[in-house]
Amino acid sequence: MPKLTIDGRQVEVPANTTIIQAAEVAGVEIPRFCYHERLSIAGNCRMCLVEVEKSPKPVASCAMPVGEGMVVHTRSAKANKAREGVMEFLLINHPLDCPICDQGGECDLQDQAMAYGGDRSRYQENKRAVKDKNMGPLVSTIMTRCIHCTRCVRFATEVAGVPELGATGRGEDMEITSYLEKSLSSELSANVVDLCPVGALTSKPYAFNARPWELRKTESIDVLDALGSSIRIDTRGRDVLRVMPRLNESINEEWLGDKSRHAIDGLRYQRLDRPYIRGANGKLQEASWADAFNAIARRVVGLNGSRIAAIAGDLVDCESMFALKQLMISLGSPNLDCRQDGAALDPSVRASYLFNSTIAGIEEADAILIVGCNPRKEAPVLNARIRKRYLKGGLSISVIGENVDLTYPYHYVGATPDLIANCKPPEGSKKPMLILGQAALARPDGAAILEAARRVAEQTGTIKDGWNGFNVLHTAAARVGGLDLGFVPVADGKDTLGILNGATKGEVEVVYLLGADEIDTSRLGKAFVIYQGHHGDRGAHRADVILPGAAYTEKSGTYVNTEGRAQVAARASFPPGEAKEDWAIIRALSEALSKTLPFDSLDQVRAAMRKATPSLGALDTITKAEWKPFGTAGTISATPFKFSISNYYMTDPISRASPTMAKCTEQFAMGATPRTGTDG
Amino acid sequence: MLADKDRIFTNLYGHHDWRLAGARARGDWDGTKEILAMGPDWIIDEMKKSGLRGRGGAGFPTGLKWSFMPKTESERPHYLVVNADEGEPGTCKDRDMLRFDPHKLIEGCLIASFAMRAHACYIYVRGEYYNEASNLQAAIDEAYAAGLIGDNACGSGWKFDLYLHRGAGSYICGEETALIESLEGRKGQPRLKPPFPAGVGLYGCPTTVNNVESIAVAPTILRRGASWFSSFGRPNNTGTKVFCISGHVNNPCNVEESMSIPLKELIEKHAGGVRGGWDNLLAIIPGGASVPVLPKSICDTVLMDFDALRDVKSGLGTAAVMVMDKSTDIVASIARLSAFYKHESCGQCTPCREGTGWMARVMKRMVKGEATLDEINQLEAVTYQVEGHTICALGDAAAWPIQGLIRHFRPELERRINAYRDAKTRAKAA
Amino acid sequence: MSVRTLAQKQPASFAFKAEYMERANRVIAKYPKGRQASAVIPLLDLAQRQEGWVSRPAIEEIAKILGMAPIRVLEVATFYTMFSLHPVGRHHVQVCTNLPCQLRGSDAVVKACREKLGCELGETTADGQFTLAEVECSGACVNAPVVQIGDEYFEDVDAASMGKIIDALKRGEKLAHGPQNGRLHSAPAGQRTSLNDAPTPPPKQDLAAAKAAYDKAKAEAAAKAAAPKT
Repeated sequence: MPKLTIDGRQVEVPANTTIIQAAEVAGVEIPRFCYHERLSIAGNCRMCLVEVEKSPKPVASCAMPVGEGMVVHTRSAKANKAREGVMEFLLINHPLDCPICDQGGECDLQDQAMAYGGDRSRYQENKRAVKDKNMGPLVSTIMTRCIHCTRCVRFATEVAGVPELGATGRGEDMEITSYLEKSLSSELSANVVDLCPVGALTSKPYAFNARPWELRKTESIDVLDALGSSIRIDTRGRDVLRVMPRLNESINEEWLGDKSRHAIDGLRYQRLDRPYIRGANGKLQEASWADAFNAIARRVVGLNGSRIAAIAGDLVDCESMFALKQLMISLGSPNLDCRQDGAALDPSVRASYLFNSTIAGIEEADAILIVGCNPRKEAPVLNARIRKRYLKGGLSISVIGENVDLTYPYHYVGATPDLIANCKPPEGSKKPMLILGQAALARPDGAAILEAARRVAEQTGTIKDGWNGFNVLHTAAARVGGLDLGFVPVADGKDTLGILNGATKGEVEVVYLLGADEIDTSRLGKAFVIYQGHHGDRGAHRADVILPGAAYTEKSGTYVNTEGRAQVAARASFPPGEAKEDWAIIRALSEALSKTLPFDSLDQVRAAMRKATPSLGALDTITKAEWKPFGTAGTISATPFKFSISNYYMTDPISRASPTMAKCTEQFAMGATPRTGTDG
Repeated sequence: MLADKDRIFTNLYGHHDWRLAGARARGDWDGTKEILAMGPDWIIDEMKKSGLRGRGGAGFPTGLKWSFMPKTESERPHYLVVNADEGEPGTCKDRDMLRFDPHKLIEGCLIASFAMRAHACYIYVRGEYYNEASNLQAAIDEAYAAGLIGDNACGSGWKFDLYLHRGAGSYICGEETALIESLEGRKGQPRLKPPFPAGVGLYGCPTTVNNVESIAVAPTILRRGASWFSSFGRPNNTGTKVFCISGHVNNPCNVEESMSIPLKELIEKHAGGVRGGWDNLLAIIPGGASVPVLPKSICDTVLMDFDALRDVKSGLGTAAVMVMDKSTDIVASIARLSAFYKHESCGQCTPCREGTGWMARVMKRMVKGEATLDEINQLEAVTYQVEGHTICALGDAAAWPIQGLIRHFRPELERRINAYRDAKTRAKAA
Repeated sequence: MSVRTLAQKQPASFAFKAEYMERANRVIAKYPKGRQASAVIPLLDLAQRQEGWVSRPAIEEIAKILGMAPIRVLEVATFYTMFSLHPVGRHHVQVCTNLPCQLRGSDAVVKACREKLGCELGETTADGQFTLAEVECSGACVNAPVVQIGDEYFEDVDAASMGKIIDALKRGEKLAHGPQNGRLHSAPAGQRTSLNDAPTPPPKQDLAAAKAAYDKAKAEAAAKAAAPKT
């Protein structure tokens, strides 16, 4: 471990550390634009030049490995002069349009110009003007501001795995562009906005909406896929104006999927802001909470519990599911399920439904078998982690399912589940991994596939001391929490399929849809349907009574991600109109049904929930799940897998209501030709 | 003056047969097998003893450079890459070697590759040299056919493959790491160093990049002995060198001469003297566009070698002598070079991308005097802001000519500025 | 250098003709397996030789052949100035105006071209026969001014000889390239100042003796290094 001195401070760092990293260890900050710890080193901005004794020229600290006995000065006259010079060069062709630039207030160039720049320009020539480039519905470009750091190019090529950005031309005429100005065909494209150190790439949906200092920032977690990525929700008044990733090495590093970031404008549309009751004319009519509860009570009170059922949807918090489960128990109903898609997940063995190796564990794997899963669409951030592992080398990837571009090369085994039995990781593989997707489980032979996958895992060394490579990748944020707290049929109760069959046949008379929109509502027959949720989506359209709830940004709620990691999402704003937090709606309804639930506050419901399911209280920790037999041996059909997600941009009531996601759908999912800038 | 018998490039002017038969008659490929039999260590030692310094501009000792390559072969193959991307304004020596003495280069490639345990060598020829590349390719084909290179080069048992690669118009590809990038199929943007090519070069493998002339002289040095070569020139500046003399001389030409020849003697002996006589001399750029200009007073006595020119704050560079007589607009000349560097900046790093454009624009105004006196110092400050702060040496090369101009011709700059201002004042008054 | 972008009007498709494809395959074979991207410049050059310029379909075809992302090929095509991204005339007249040429009258040569062709630098004549361009150092500086037309260098040109060259091209003839003033390549005009003697093979050193001396020196150095320090 080389020892070196940085600004008089001694540090000892591992060999191959760069000076800029060593400086961080020493607590010395070196300014930079092009350097980014998650991207390859470009060394092109020259802002991080420092003086190294015995070196005749200033040294780019981002690229220079440390050496034993090195003496580095980051604030010497020589270093300062180099930095000021670079700053001046960066500014000579940078427009003075900070007042109309969306990056203002959170611009690296602005900040560093304050710290290192001169107070006037010596440059008297005309400034360069660069034509703006179309980069799709999410990224707005003002390329005159570009300082050519190439972070976006490196992100697209390295992290996102879509080599579509580049720098054409040369010299001062070098321009960053996508090939033929097409949108970046990545589910992670909007991360280039965060990476851009200036205002060249900014958020298109957020354009001219707010200044950063006007925003209230709430740290929370994302629920639009099952990863539980760390996010920051920026609100002004009641409006959620933007969502940005927060650093979380265990889950999302510092990336965020485009849907998780940009579906938020869906929070403003199609909202259920007051209760509704379907009138005699068959039309939904506005109602008071009391009338709505009475309408429900009229149908439910006195009804045999076996004729009542509940299905929980994909975005539901654990507290609401817990409350509804308690209500169903008190009504005597055994018919409840949180698996809208009917996936054959086994709630009795926790290891059977978790991403056991953890997301960060992907970086340890040396072989991955992906079964019935398209991680690129189902969890783009997790897919980037697989790509990161692939780039390190020594990883073999095999896929059973649809043959699509996952941004890394893989061995394509085939499309049918029966092939799984023959899959073996390569000889000498120490940490093989199996990723099972919902497409493999949400089919009639799902339980048999689950069983076969378990056997393959056990036989190939995927399960061993200190390593559990058996992984289920969920697509719904609510799923693991629902399974953990047992929002599944009690004893001989009906599961999702049973409930739908029962409703069709008239055996089930009341169905409670808690944010459940991904079921086939046409199969609800003549059942009386209660829909509790935040969007006027599929469930609400079929409902007889609508109880308006809160979206994930509007309530504090527990979610368990695909790894089994419990996290609490925070309330960043308030639900619209008369809508309320969901647990409170159920609590109020229970009173109207004379089955009053024993909690009056969020704290109380949470305490009761954690008492019943302690893992929901172990926040942000991974408890290793015990390995036990699961699945049901049976015949596996030769029907090819079909991915659970056809359009990444629209998977839930929020993203379906989002105009931005609609634009993305038009651009990417429907294969439409890109519009040009003049299309408005 | 160097005698013809001591000239290495005996077909520099293409007045003899450049093909294999002609080359052999002039002594090429004579005893190559025996030289290889001396072993890599001896070859590198002999090259070190010869004192040969790289002929591409930087003047790094060639033998020492070769010795940086790993001594044993690993699973990563070694490469020799020959830099024939000649583009330094004023320089056209490699061109003659490529078209008229290609076998010297090919033999040199074999010997150098063998010494550095490389089984493959690429010669990167600038794209514009189409006919030169054609000659070289024909010579490579001849060498393969004669068994001089290939699976058993010269019967030595050494497998050696030689490939010609043509560029497509980019000065910066003459920088060794940019050349490697270009050869790998990318834009010619220089790489960060470290790692150096000897560790991580072409395709991530140990690589040495040498100039055409450095490689082409190697066989003759080894054949005749290091002491023969080092008997020319001054210590640390030994050998013979091909000089390119262009500009305001009576007979521009390429010529091989002894290192350390006085600049005045070089011009008068071979180029027919300065147009209008030595006293009509204004200034000379002695080593290609990148080195600072020298006024006549220095040219009177300076020697043409690395150390002598460094001592007068210029450089030997590629030994391309650009002569400017008193009719020259010296400011326009340097401004032309500034425009060149702006055109050729790869755009990768900030000081060069932004600085070359800034300097070129100010220089353009300086030609007319459309500037203030303060701006001379400011321009000079900008050159120092670029110099030493870039990834590669192009930033330095763009800065130095302007620094030379200001160092030696500041009064001329001031005169123009004053004249322009006065003319404007007069126009206003009228 | 100005911003280099693809031409607005593009052909519908591009394919290498058999002869060019064969040449392309020979080029690709020069590089190690998996490194075929190295061939991108030569292949763009071949496409330009076949079509006269580099079109978008050509870029995409080459990307496909070499397994590269199209943006990477576009980067290369826009970086290197020898690639014409727009159609050029049959005769691409490229006048070097860098310092050595400027010192010897390239301005007059440019003027002669403009007058003779009736078009400005960067333009193509109305009949599509000539494109006139200014280029950076052509690397034939002792034969300045230099004009490159297609693959040929015309050296030591002046306004008069430039006029003759253009006239000949207009007539469909080709003048001999190289120096236009009768001199021998890069030799000084008139009597050569060197290389007048007939070349003979140079004398050779005694390699056996050299080897012996080298081995002896090496052994001595080794002995010295091994000797115990006193």
